[in-house]
Amino acid sequence: MAVCIAVIAKENYPLYIRSTPTENELKFHYMVHTSLDVVDEKISAMGKALVDQRELYLGLLYPTEDYKVYGYVTNSKVKFVMVVDSSNTALRDNEIRSMFRKLHNSYTDVMCNPFYNPGDRIQSRAFENMVTSMMIQVC
Amino acid sequence: MEVAAGGGCGTGPPLLLSDSEQQCYSELFARCAGAASGGPGPGPPEGTRVAPGTATAAAGPVADLFRASQLPPETLHQITELCGAKRVGYFGPTQFYVALKLIAAAQSGLPVRTESIKCELPLPRFGMSKSDGEIRFGNPAELHGKKVQIPYLPTEKNSHKRMDDEDKQESQSPTMSPLASPPSSPPHYQRVSLSHGYSKLRSSTEQMHPAPYETRQPIGQPEGSSSEGPGAKPLRRQASLIRSFSVERELQDNNSNYPDEPWRITEEQREYYVNQFRSLQPDPSSFISGSVAKNFFTKSKLSIPELSYIWELSDADCDGALTLPEFCAAFHLIVARKNGYPLPEGLPPTLQPEYLQAAFPKSKWECAIFDSYSESMPANQQPCDLNRMEKTSAKDMADFPVPTQDVTTGDDKQALKSTVNEPLPKDVAEDTAANSGLLHAPPALPPRPCPTQSEPVSEADLHPQLNRAPSQAAESSPAKKDAIHAQPPSKPIRRKFRSENQTTENQEPAAAVGGAASAAMVKPHPTVQKQSSKQKKAIQTAIRKNKEANAVLARLNSELQQQLKEVHQERIALENQLEQLRPVTVL
Repeated sequence: MAVCIAVIAKENYPLYIRSTPTENELKFHYMVHTSLDVVDEKISAMGKALVDQRELYLGLLYPTEDYKVYGYVTNSKVKFVMVVDSSNTALRDNEIRSMFRKLHNSYTDVMCNPFYNPGDRIQSRAFENMVTSMMIQVC
Repeated sequence: MEVAAGGGCGTGPPLLLSDSEQQCYSELFARCAGAASGGPGPGPPEGTRVAPGTATAAAGPVADLFRASQLPPETLHQITELCGAKRVGYFGPTQFYVALKLIAAAQSGLPVRTESIKCELPLPRFGMSKSDGEIRFGNPAELHGKKVQIPYLPTEKNSHKRMDDEDKQESQSPTMSPLASPPSSPPHYQRVSLSHGYSKLRSSTEQMHPAPYETRQPIGQPEGSSSEGPGAKPLRRQASLIRSFSVERELQDNNSNYPDEPWRITEEQREYYVNQFRSLQPDPSSFISGSVAKNFFTKSKLSIPELSYIWELSDADCDGALTLPEFCAAFHLIVARKNGYPLPEGLPPTLQPEYLQAAFPKSKWECAIFDSYSESMPANQQPCDLNRMEKTSAKDMADFPVPTQDVTTGDDKQALKSTVNEPLPKDVAEDTAANSGLLHAPPALPPRPCPTQSEPVSEADLHPQLNRAPSQAAESSPAKKDAIHAQPPSKPIRRKFRSENQTTENQEPAAAVGGAASAAMVKPHPTVQKQSSKQKKAIQTAIRKNKEANAVLARLNSELQQQLKEVHQERIALENQLEQLRPVTVL
């Protein structure tokens, strides 16, 4: 379903990025990069007072003609960005939310591994499998 | 007499088998076929002719059989090709019989040709010619060898040696086809599991392969099934070679015989793992935290990604901590990896926590634990326990042997830091009896699982002070008390009692430490820790730490005072000079 999934660290460098191997992967990387600005905008728009109430799921960040980009931020400012094919109209908001939740859970599991140093690239096989399952599902 | 089934599958030449050959071959075929597909019923194959054409022998057992014939691999390949198995893709009865005949031919020294099988040949011989007794002898030997293997330094050489020894005794054992890379290791694991009998049916099925292929009258099912019990005797193992028995068991195991073998934990390994767990975490029903486990597993010198992957596999509930079964699984995976096994894609079923917990009843663990506890006291736990011993027997510590001076000095700063960072103890100490009334206010600290080196030092330091200076105890205790309470806010308060502390501390700088340490060595035995004693220990720990902190600060203070005096003097000198020079400059 998702065409590209990325996990961005708090300092805005990628911890994990993976896209379906289509013709122009770099395009997805660029889209994720530009979406970071939108994410930051959304976070700051909430204001400090609302940090607790801020929802983790940010929703549609911006649509392009081919793709839609969704965002999700954890409380530790780790961002998940997902690029979805626009033609996939069947994809509803709830599904996106559940996908992000799964991502978040897998990310937490990765964190629990004492051999994982926060800030490293994510190399966990379990995480990869989960992402693969999300990317291959329908497309 | 021709093979009846030849017609069914046959593209090979018509076989002429003598009666004995017929019997032997059919039995061997039945074994191989039965092992694969669970075909014929579990009845003893005495004289039964398996209805040919109803079953095919699986490649695995057949390959083992061929290898057991101790022919070179090229010959075996030739035979396989000639007999037609490669052509048809399976070992039907015809192919199998032809292959056996060819093996016999090869063993007799005849070239492997289809013509060879036409003549009269002796029965093919398959490796396991030794008696049961020798098998028995073989296994205990491996047992000892395996013990050496378990610790973190898998000596591949040893395993190779063992492999050679075992080869002489037994036939070439079936290597794990999927994990064929380190040929020495699989038989290793097999053998260990065999000799331990933990992997009950495992051992039975595996043992089958090295020594099955002689025409053997089946002994009967009950014996075979009774080999389930742990500590199966070799005789029972032999009995369990009954193809039918193995058929049933193999069915149950879902063709996972070979690949699972290295992932089974034997008794011995299990005990070792439990001991190690105990060394990290005294309570076997609790768990090891991630950082502790990380430090421990890093010692295995595997790469971090591999360790990370092993953790992923073994921490089933992803909570960042390892319970005992999880720890055993992780340890086992590490050992396997060090022995050259590639890591599996997923946690093997035999390493799953539920399986491990079911396989090893808890009582066994605890017994092993208590046994091992007195034996194996790794260094990091020793000071911890010994200190507790110290605390509980506080009153008896009147006799200190000669101290060792090494530990004190460098650790003072450490102790200071640790004391300063320590959160103030919370609950009020109710048991004043512990330290003869020294403790009024200082609350109890929860005892740390792995105290640093400085702790025993500081505790040792404080302890003798408590005992040797009972007169000053009363004075120093309020000092300590104030010191403790005042520690976070300000230092000056401690200075008030500096003189007292200084004198008391200076008296026994190093003497006490070593004394306590060696006294502690005298009492290695663990005791059951009660709640009050825990609190006492905690209190005493706190006291010692604070005293040491006091000592350090007092020393610092004195140094600074001296410096201050010097600076004062300089200032006076300078002012004098200024006075002298002033009339000159004013002008």
